[in-house]
Amino acid sequence: MIDLQLVLDNRELLTEGMLYSLQLTAFATLGGIVLGCLLALARLSAFKPLSLLSAAYVNLFRSVPLVLVIFWFYFLIPYFGFQIGPDKSVFITFTLFEAAYFSEIIRAGIQSISRGQLAAAYALGLTYPQTMRYVILPQALRNMLPVMLTQTVVLFQDTSLVTIIGIKDFMGSTSVVASNNGAMTEMYTFAAIAYFCVCFPISMLLKRLHKRIAVIR
Amino acid sequence: MIEIDKVSKWYGQFQVLTDCTTRIAKGEVVVVCGPSGSGKSTLIKCVNGLEPFQSGSILVDGTSVGAPGTNLPKLRSRVGMVFQHFELFPHLSITENLCLAQIKVLGRNADEAREKGLQLLDRVGLKAHAAKFPGQLSGGQQQRVAIARALAMDPIAMLFDEPTSALDPEMINEVLDVMTQLAAEGMTMMCVTHEMGFARRVAHRVIFMDQGQIVEDAAKDDFFGAPRSERAQQFLSKILQH
Repeated sequence: MIDLQLVLDNRELLTEGMLYSLQLTAFATLGGIVLGCLLALARLSAFKPLSLLSAAYVNLFRSVPLVLVIFWFYFLIPYFGFQIGPDKSVFITFTLFEAAYFSEIIRAGIQSISRGQLAAAYALGLTYPQTMRYVILPQALRNMLPVMLTQTVVLFQDTSLVTIIGIKDFMGSTSVVASNNGAMTEMYTFAAIAYFCVCFPISMLLKRLHKRIAVIR
Repeated sequence: MIEIDKVSKWYGQFQVLTDCTTRIAKGEVVVVCGPSGSGKSTLIKCVNGLEPFQSGSILVDGTSVGAPGTNLPKLRSRVGMVFQHFELFPHLSITENLCLAQIKVLGRNADEAREKGLQLLDRVGLKAHAAKFPGQLSGGQQQRVAIARALAMDPIAMLFDEPTSALDPEMINEVLDVMTQLAAEGMTMMCVTHEMGFARRVAHRVIFMDQGQIVEDAAKDDFFGAPRSERAQQFLSKILQH
């Protein structure tokens, strides 16, 4: 089923591919959380236009398939005169796309904190940004950690889609090796096992981590 | 110190406060009581701007709460507030709860804030719990920490919004004791509470509210001796039976 010799012979290409996938995941997660935080705060803002704008963004990205967004950015950005290449294109695409999902997770997290906490922080004289930074978001982030990490694992799996615009992420590298050597079954089985070996332990690890930092109530 | 003048508030069509007018002088302890839904909590939350109101005015130490240009965070930092459900920050230790606003709002340095916090924690009898988290304390202990947290800001007045309503009966007294001590030291206090024993012992004045209006605003002895309004008489006869 698996041709270990073939994998070893191409270990450099495959390792590079895996690193690319991990980098893309890390970048899109961090970027997505930062942008998602801003979108969530905008969505919860009392200023209606800001809230509507954020809602429109989130609904737009959540209503189109990721593959389409990847294609769309890849062809659209050069159309506007920016030659940024496929690599930068997917980094931007994934950040923007994931921000929509993270913002919904963060919004739910913020709304899970009781209004009394907000009142208590305000009553002490904290401003809105201070209240969010020191009181609401730290609690909200703890509450939403499991969902967020699940989303990151899903994101890691979704990065394999960048293969369609010719990027050599882990999936792309695997495909190259597979077709060059006529070893489809062997290589794709290997890829499946590799993805599982990354995702499953992370899920397990995160579950334990969450238990440790959960807020005592 | 606190001047409430003809304050009215609506939630949509529903009027929750109607022309509420009263004054609380420096060093005065005023208890606000009344049936649930009478607007007492809403009124006290208007005093530090946690609830907006549509007409009338509230002056706290000369600063208008409802005026558009008012720096609300600054005003709130000078008025302490204690809530029914304590509202300690569960992700921070007791010490951090006491220090956060001192450092971020008043700009005190960490050592100064810590010293002040621990001194107040000692005063409410909880010094040994400084390193714990709120969830590890009983309700009564949490509420005493909440009082210490408010006092750490050196407030000019304290607002209490039903501070003992969420407590088990045996914990009520430890909180009332701290409040009594505070009153004895001359703190200006506005307390929404059903603890009529506390009102009798500590308050200078009692305000009785019903359906969003201040029905009775009288010196303590007058209120408990012979309330003028029938509604207050009814309320007292019910609440003092047990």
